Amino acid sequence: MNVILIAVCVLGGIGLISAAVLFIASKKFAVWEDPRIKEVNEVLPQANCGGCGYPGCAGFAGACVKAAEDGSLSDLNCAPGGQAVMEKVAAILGLQASAAAPKVAVVRCQGTCDVRPHGVEFDGAHSCRIQNMTGMGETLCQYGCLGEGDCAAVCLFGAITVNPATRIAEVDESKCTGCGACAKTCPRGIIELRPQGPKGRKVVVLCNNKDKGALATKECKVSCIGCGKCVKTCDKFEAITLGTNLAHIDPDKCKLCRKCEEACPRGAIKAFNFPPRKPKVEEPVKEEGKA
Amino acid sequence: MKTFSMGGVHPEENKLSAGCPIRQAALPKQAVFSMFQHIGAPAVPVVKKGDVVKVGTLLGEANGFVSAPIYSSVSGKVSKVDVALDASDTRRMAVYVDVEGDEWEDSIDRSTDLVKLSDRPELDSKAIIDKVKAAGIVGMGGATFPCHVKLCPPPGQKAECVIINAVECEPYLTADHSLMLEHAAEILVGVKLIMKAVNVQKGYIGIENNKPDAIRLMKETAAEYPDIEIVPLKVQYPQGGEKQLIDAVIGRQVPAPPAIPINVGAVVQNVGTAFAIYEAVMKNKPLISRVITVTGKSLKNPSNLMARLGTPFSQLIDECGGLPADTGKIIGGGPMMGKALISTDIPMTKGSSGLLIMNDKEARRAKVEPCIRCAKCVGACPMGLEPYLLSTLSSQHVWDRAEAEGITSCIECGSCAFTCPSHRPLLDNIRLGKTTVMGIIRSRAAAAKS
Repeated sequence: MNVILIAVCVLGGIGLISAAVLFIASKKFAVWEDPRIKEVNEVLPQANCGGCGYPGCAGFAGACVKAAEDGSLSDLNCAPGGQAVMEKVAAILGLQASAAAPKVAVVRCQGTCDVRPHGVEFDGAHSCRIQNMTGMGETLCQYGCLGEGDCAAVCLFGAITVNPATRIAEVDESKCTGCGACAKTCPRGIIELRPQGPKGRKVVVLCNNKDKGALATKECKVSCIGCGKCVKTCDKFEAITLGTNLAHIDPDKCKLCRKCEEACPRGAIKAFNFPPRKPKVEEPVKEEGKA
Repeated sequence: MKTFSMGGVHPEENKLSAGCPIRQAALPKQAVFSMFQHIGAPAVPVVKKGDVVKVGTLLGEANGFVSAPIYSSVSGKVSKVDVALDASDTRRMAVYVDVEGDEWEDSIDRSTDLVKLSDRPELDSKAIIDKVKAAGIVGMGGATFPCHVKLCPPPGQKAECVIINAVECEPYLTADHSLMLEHAAEILVGVKLIMKAVNVQKGYIGIENNKPDAIRLMKETAAEYPDIEIVPLKVQYPQGGEKQLIDAVIGRQVPAPPAIPINVGAVVQNVGTAFAIYEAVMKNKPLISRVITVTGKSLKNPSNLMARLGTPFSQLIDECGGLPADTGKIIGGGPMMGKALISTDIPMTKGSSGLLIMNDKEARRAKVEPCIRCAKCVGACPMGLEPYLLSTLSSQHVWDRAEAEGITSCIECGSCAFTCPSHRPLLDNIRLGKTTVMGIIRSRAAAAKS
């Protein structure tokens, strides 16, 4: 009986002392964390995609609370959560969410196997970044999609896949959250984040080829040759600018009239999500030189 | 027999063209001179369409200290200055020359008489380096690092010896071997010039012992130069790597980057570079041609060709019997470190030491299997790295850890991938990691500066 009593007392004593030490330590070394961080974190999508530029959702929540102390959330955006989540975050922090247009990834290359022949075969490690380091890749276009799927590998939402028939990456707009992970990983910078547009409608130059016209024509049948016809067509809105032999449509200025799409002699401009046009006799795309 | 102390492999040698005398390649119809034939800033074209050029006329001038000028190797008319696909499989600025006749600049001494250093006592270190710089000489082993940069040690560093790389450890290649057999005397004068340029009293020429004829001839010819020692080396790849060669010849280890050979007192130059330096200084001939080994098991007539720079590879292949029907891969350089080319129209450059035609069977990579942790790659790595780990870190984008594991020390020799029983693309991944980590280090340094 005595032995049991001693054991209870000793263990009880150790327990009490430990409790006292832990209590003091928890008070003395307490780290105060803004409870709002946890609240904000709870409304985030928990995709941990890193599209916001912070390490995961918890990091973003911390950044939101910090930004709230400075009074504005305008620099922060949770791409997968979209406007709805940002409004919730703003409500927790007692602020107004700035209106951010939801974005979607666009693969600016239409160089499928039939319009951009694969002259050689790359049999190294299957990675776009590795293939890009070796030079041109399998085709003669050094700007086009390599089709090894680095973008698909980093997409957490299964929104981008490489079509095995065309060997071009394709975006499923219904799944894309616009986090930008694919755009960051693409070694050729083919993927562009563009505003979704009204009803998903947008007009984009689907080419990234910066070579001079003569060369670009040889490399791919649907390449932008920098002829500037689209720029002239768009003189009213001035939405199209010509970079290094490559046209670019500014989504903020584009009025979605689709005139440039008709004007492009190369079929390099594509309109997304428009209802089908009224049937019209189609002019075949002129083939200039052989690929 | 000496060799380097760590790692290495011994691939099948396949020196098909060994003993073939150097043949003069025919002049091309059109020569294309890429402005990017060296490491560093690309040269800037100084000619325009319609200009008439001779052999030895300047086409592009060096753009900075780490850069090299480009000279025309043919005479004719500049047809255009435009981009061209080059040996790096990318399009770079290039000068196209339509060849007419074969007229040389008058300043070039075309005689084959040997000029010794004792015939030109007025030459001092600066004169030699200036000449080398002006002639556009780069590392001829394939690295194409501008030669004059290596001849100017950074302040506080002192060269103690010159080591000439005549190892030619790449399988198949015999360009340096044939050059030694035919131009031993010129090479030795070139070595003396390098020694004079960096002001040292001792020169070594490292030759692997699979070239006994070259070792014998070089020893006989070098008898009159007591300060040049011929060092026969055991055959082991990658002995031609600068750091491995220094280890093999003088037993010193170059520390991890940013340390360079001069930190252990060594200046390493390729044997082809020594010959080019001889021609530049003694014959006033800029770098306009080189020996290239065109070889391959299916190729009818593997040869060593003395070809003008800018000659399209397709022409060189035709001179060796034409492109075989079962060609699987065309490699610029040797099979270990060379680069697969996507077209035969690519012109040859200063770094083109070989052109290897692999047949379909040889060329195909074997199926990749999972890593079995056998550590063969670790044993093969001449830099003492752990390739399986670096490869994994690269493919998982763990750059900081890759840097800590010394990924920047990798010399990209490919011994790891060669030895891997699971045929894993180790070097592909490591190269990506190395490039990325180097970029991170550079941007960090730039941030620290600003």
